[in-house]
Amino acid sequence: MLEGPTTRRDDGPRPRINRAPSPIIARVVPWLSIVLGSMIPGWFVIASAPMLPPFGFLLYLAWRQLRPGLLPLWAGLPLGLVDDLFSGQPFGAAVLLWSLAAIAIDLLEERFPWRNFAMEWLVATSLIILYVLASYLLTNLSAINAPIHVVVPQLVITIFAYPLIGHLVARLDRLRLTAVRVLR
Amino acid sequence: MAPPANKRSGYSRRAQLSSFLSHTAGIVGVVIGLVLIVISSVDPSSFASLRSIAADATEPAAEVTSEGRNFGHSVVNGVTGFFKMGSRHAQLEKELAIAKSRLVEADATAAENKRLKGLLGLLRSRDDIVAAASMTSSTPSSTRRFATIGAGAGKGIQKGMPVRSATGLIGRVLEVGQNSSRVLLITDTESLVPVRRAKDGVAGFAQGQGDGTLRVRLVNLGINPLRKGDVIVSSGAGGLYRPGTPMAVLTQILRDGAIARVISNPTDADFVIVENVWAPPPPPPPPAKAEKP
Repeated sequence: MLEGPTTRRDDGPRPRINRAPSPIIARVVPWLSIVLGSMIPGWFVIASAPMLPPFGFLLYLAWRQLRPGLLPLWAGLPLGLVDDLFSGQPFGAAVLLWSLAAIAIDLLEERFPWRNFAMEWLVATSLIILYVLASYLLTNLSAINAPIHVVVPQLVITIFAYPLIGHLVARLDRLRLTAVRVLR
Repeated sequence: MAPPANKRSGYSRRAQLSSFLSHTAGIVGVVIGLVLIVISSVDPSSFASLRSIAADATEPAAEVTSEGRNFGHSVVNGVTGFFKMGSRHAQLEKELAIAKSRLVEADATAAENKRLKGLLGLLRSRDDIVAAASMTSSTPSSTRRFATIGAGAGKGIQKGMPVRSATGLIGRVLEVGQNSSRVLLITDTESLVPVRRAKDGVAGFAQGQGDGTLRVRLVNLGINPLRKGDVIVSSGAGGLYRPGTPMAVLTQILRDGAIARVISNPTDADFVIVENVWAPPPPPPPPAKAEKP
């Protein structure tokens, strides 16, 4: 997990002599960023319609695509539980959908080991569309149906937000592997 | 993207086992998710305590951001107000003149109202405000419309209490934590508020649509008397929401009702007031004494 990027020169920050990434930061950053992504966006707007993308899920997806295998297959369980506490969806929706997304990405990885940008984009976009629609359907299980047009703006915003989130995750990945620990 | 490290476990027992366990754990996540979904669909209030704990824990940070949010709002409003100042000023002067004459009429109505209520013995004391709180967070990426306010059981808030802002009804308290509560906004699809038209009392129900608008349905079917621009207020039927709380303005007339825009947009409401339930349910009758043998 730690060795790969530091051995390749073009990937991650330039290794410095006598410095190594901190294993704690390297492990904590992905989990922490996803938890904060689930928690914080609700603080900034009191929304009267679904208007923000599900940041937690986008971060989860981006970490999975950028660093396959970094988050274990079961990561959807704890992270989804946290997301459910704050998202307003029926409890368990994120646990189910995040776990399913992880399995789907895993299967696609096995089927297509080499993927280019278009392929990744296509996979992410289809997963986002499925996620937003499935969240809508799961919400309708426990509440009176909202009209489907309610989620259309959110769907569009989410698809366009994903590349930005991917960029953010790439930045966080550099931060994650920045050599801060002094070797003796 | 390069393929990840070789996932074949080969002959290594340890690798085989860890691969098997990780896949099993993935499936277990799906199963647990399904179970949780079923439980929360059957009883949506389950896990309320977990949510309350989480909301309580993040309350201080959310409170700070809400202050920042309100400041941002006022800055934006200040800047846009500067550009619109001239036309707004003229418009406001005109409205003020109208409002002054309306105020006199309203005074007369209030006096008459008081007299009539006195006759009926209906006058209530104004001990209806339970707490004032700031709105700290909401669920901006869900189709459900919840908000969290920064006051809970510690300030005497109970489940079911109506929440309003200075301009109108916001929703009602759904789950109560120690120092935060979850509010079901009136724009949520589960929210159903008995309403009447402000000027003549045509009765109906306003149900949220999840997109910031309300669907108004009339109680009496027939020719739809509603007009665009009518104001609807809560009617107090059912005894939860205080009658006369302003709610929405009709924007689109349908065959059997209308679509209305909420007056008190929670986006602009920095502080909200939690009120007592208008007519609290009668206390349960005392248990019947056991008959002597």
